[in-house]
Order: sequence, then C-alpha cells, then structure tokens
Amino acid sequence: MIEEQKLIDIEVKDLLSQAGDLCKSGYRLVQIGCTKLPETLEVNYSFDKDYKFINLKVKLNDLTVALPSLSGIFWSAFLYENEIHDLFGIKFTEMAVDYKGNFYRTAVKRGFNPQNE
Amino acid sequence: MNSPKRTIIPFGPQHPVLPEPIHLDLVVEDEKVVEAIPSLGFVHRGLEKLVEKRDFIDFVYVAERICGICSFIHGLTYCIAIEEIMQIQVPARANYLRVIWSELSRLHSHLLWLGLTADAFGFEALFMHTWKLREKILDIIEETTGGRVIFGSSKVGGVRKDITPEKLAEIIFKLDSYAKEIKEITDVFVNDSSVKHRLVGVGILSKQDAYSLGAVGPTLRASGVNIDMRKLGYAAYKEIDFTPVTETSGDSYARCLVRIRELFQSIDIIKQAAAKIQPGELEVKVSGTPNGEFFARTEQPRGEVIYYVKANGTRFLQRLRVRTPTFANIPALVKLLPGCQLADVPVLVLTIDPCISCTER
Repeated sequence: MIEEQKLIDIEVKDLLSQAGDLCKSGYRLVQIGCTKLPETLEVNYSFDKDYKFINLKVKLNDLTVALPSLSGIFWSAFLYENEIHDLFGIKFTEMAVDYKGNFYRTAVKRGFNPQNE
Repeated sequence: MNSPKRTIIPFGPQHPVLPEPIHLDLVVEDEKVVEAIPSLGFVHRGLEKLVEKRDFIDFVYVAERICGICSFIHGLTYCIAIEEIMQIQVPARANYLRVIWSELSRLHSHLLWLGLTADAFGFEALFMHTWKLREKILDIIEETTGGRVIFGSSKVGGVRKDITPEKLAEIIFKLDSYAKEIKEITDVFVNDSSVKHRLVGVGILSKQDAYSLGAVGPTLRASGVNIDMRKLGYAAYKEIDFTPVTETSGDSYARCLVRIRELFQSIDIIKQAAAKIQPGELEVKVSGTPNGEFFARTEQPRGEVIYYVKANGTRFLQRLRVRTPTFANIPALVKLLPGCQLADVPVLVLTIDPCISCTER
C-alpha cells in the first residue's frame, strides 16, 4: 500500500462543518468527484495535509436535493462543483462562481447522469 | 472622479499562444486586468465514461491517450490504482523502469514548456534550441519504448518493455552530455535581461494563496510550498534520494526556475535509478478482477494527478475519475491574473503550463 487513505461516510448536513474543520486544521482541497452507483450518486470530497489523505463521502439518494457549496470554505471548489453539476446534474447552493450549466459545452447535457441512460 | 471604463476582452479559445482551447473573459481597465473568468469544455471527451465499456486491463491504453505530453504517467497512475485495489506487488525492476520513463516524460515536458514560453515572449532562437534538445529526449523514449508520444510500456502488473544494461549506460552517457547543453540553454532563461524583464515580479502567487487554492506542481512549489507526490514513494521513488525543488518569490520567473532545476533533478533521478536497478521480472500475472476503490496520486510534470478508481468485481470499472493538474491550477491562474497588464496574459497563462487535453479528458 502506497499510502493510508481515510474514507469517511458522512451525511449531507455534516458536510460544511466537517470541511470547515479540515480547513482550520490546514488541509487543502484536493478534488471533488461524483460516482454513479446502482440507485444513488456518491460525491467524494478529498483533502490532503502533509501527504495525509482524507476523503469525505456523501451519498445522494434524492437527486433533487441540492448540496451546499464548499466554495465559501475552499474557493477552488466552485470548479469541481460546476463540473459535477454539468456532468451529473447535481445542484449546489451558493457557489462562489455559478456557470448555470455552461461550464462544459458537451453535446449531451448531464451525460453522466443515470437518468440519461 | 469617474471610475475607469471596464471592457471585457475574450482571450481564447483560439489564440497564438494556446495550442489547445481554453477561454478567459478578461475584464480590463485600460490595459490592466482586473478580473478573469475561465471557461472550459470546448473539447471535452468524456473518456472517464469509457471505463463502463472497456475491460479494466485494456483501459490503460485509453488512460495513456488522455494527454500526449504526460501520456506515460497517466497510464502509470491508472495502473497503480488498479494494482492497489488488487494488491498486486509489481516487480522491483518494473518499478525502476517506471521511474526512468516518468522522469524522461518530465524532461521532455519541461523542455517543451521552456520552448513554448520563449516563443510566447518572442525569443524564437531560444524556442528552437530548446525544442532541438527536447527531440533528443524523445529519441531516447522512442529507442526504449518504440513510441515518441504514446509509450505503451506500462501495464497493470508491471511493464511491457525492458531496457538492457548497455542501453541504460548509453542513455546515462547521453544525458550527461545533454545536461551540459541544457545548462547552456537554461542559463539564457535564468540570466538574460529580456527574459527576466518578462518574468520577474509578474503574476505573483503567494504561498498562502497557492496552498489554499489547491495549486499543484511547479506552480505550487514556486510559491514556496514543498509538496511533491513523488515523496509518497510510488513506483521506486521510495528508493530515490531527492528533495522537491522550491522557490519562494511565487512569480513567473520562480515558476520557470523550478522547472529548470527539475530538469537537472530528473537527470539525477534517472542516474540513481540506473545505478540501483537489478535484473528481474518485468511483470506479474494478473488474475481476477478488481473490487474496491483507491485514489492513486502521482506527480506529473504539471503537478499532482489523481486517478480515483471504483471497481465492483467485474471486468468493467464502476467509475474512473481523473483530476488533472491543470484543472487544479485554474483557480490559481484566476487569482494571479488580476493586476497584470494585458500584454502579460499570454505568458502568465503559460506559466501554469496548461494542458487542456488532460483537463478535457
């Protein structure tokens, strides 16, 4: 194993507080990504400090639920959130920069969304 | 007094300094940039989606084709993700060969960047001399892998090609000679007044901003942050003695200096790997299918790349997510542009070494 990776499942309501704690502890946002599961979507928020990797995992059972944006804590989060919005159709509230679905000019809108298959 | 009139100038997606399409809306007051808004997606390929239809062993070919510059490290990072999930022990010789090809990738990528930057500020002779050197590195890559763009030498479980001890000795001899030529060329970047005039004090990214914005690679290290994913010890890097190259001024000149010093560091790493590599197997047999998830992190020439793989025990992966270094450096670019002159924008965009092909995976 190259490195130990902490993968932590959390609820949507705990996302901002957990991310805020990591920010205060000096972690940087490494990436945000979304994964399609058989009946749900899973959003991964990855952080790093001194090569220690932590990943917060949020499961979204209802695709109409909007996730709170992390861009108020980690400004760069807006890029990842706009990407996820355009590819998967997940909504985010209070993004620092909201491209309103125009971040990616893909031929198929929300091409990674399960409802498109 | 009236505030200065603001104008929005579109920069890209087609622009002489941009080999690939990215767009910036530059809000300017006279010639001064006050805000920059990026947009992407002109050539988004959706390659991540292909994992649902391609066998996980074969997908390394697709991963390598995400980018034509850091192709080898894309393939390698994908292989590492699969190998970690399947707990495959890659033979030591394969790991050393992976280090050698990774550093050859870094050499040709940084030389490419130096040439493009010289071209961007109109120093054509320097551009051509730099790329002449880069050709020699590509020749080594072709001699050892058969490819100049796509190496095709990494596979899940090891590597496909070997480098004989005689060939390795020849490569080291050549690299010693090239190091002298690289020194001559890079001395111009370091000392020439016209180059310094375009780079020193331009586009300063503070240490705090670089870290908090999630910048990676030379863009991050030029601001004084000592983070280099090779220190994780993947492949054979745990056996290599090196210290990440950092600078502290955070300007365009510092980003240039980091890449120049990394050229010599890459040659040193290749020499260390050549001295330590032992005869042995090139690969292990891979049986079964992956089941689990892993975030593989490696250091590309442009910085940290992440391959997240989630597998469900079938031959088709559930998810592949690639976070490329250029994507991570875009927030830093957006922060360092305000305050600069419009004429400096092309050079500033280049100083993050943007790779849109990676970003539009």
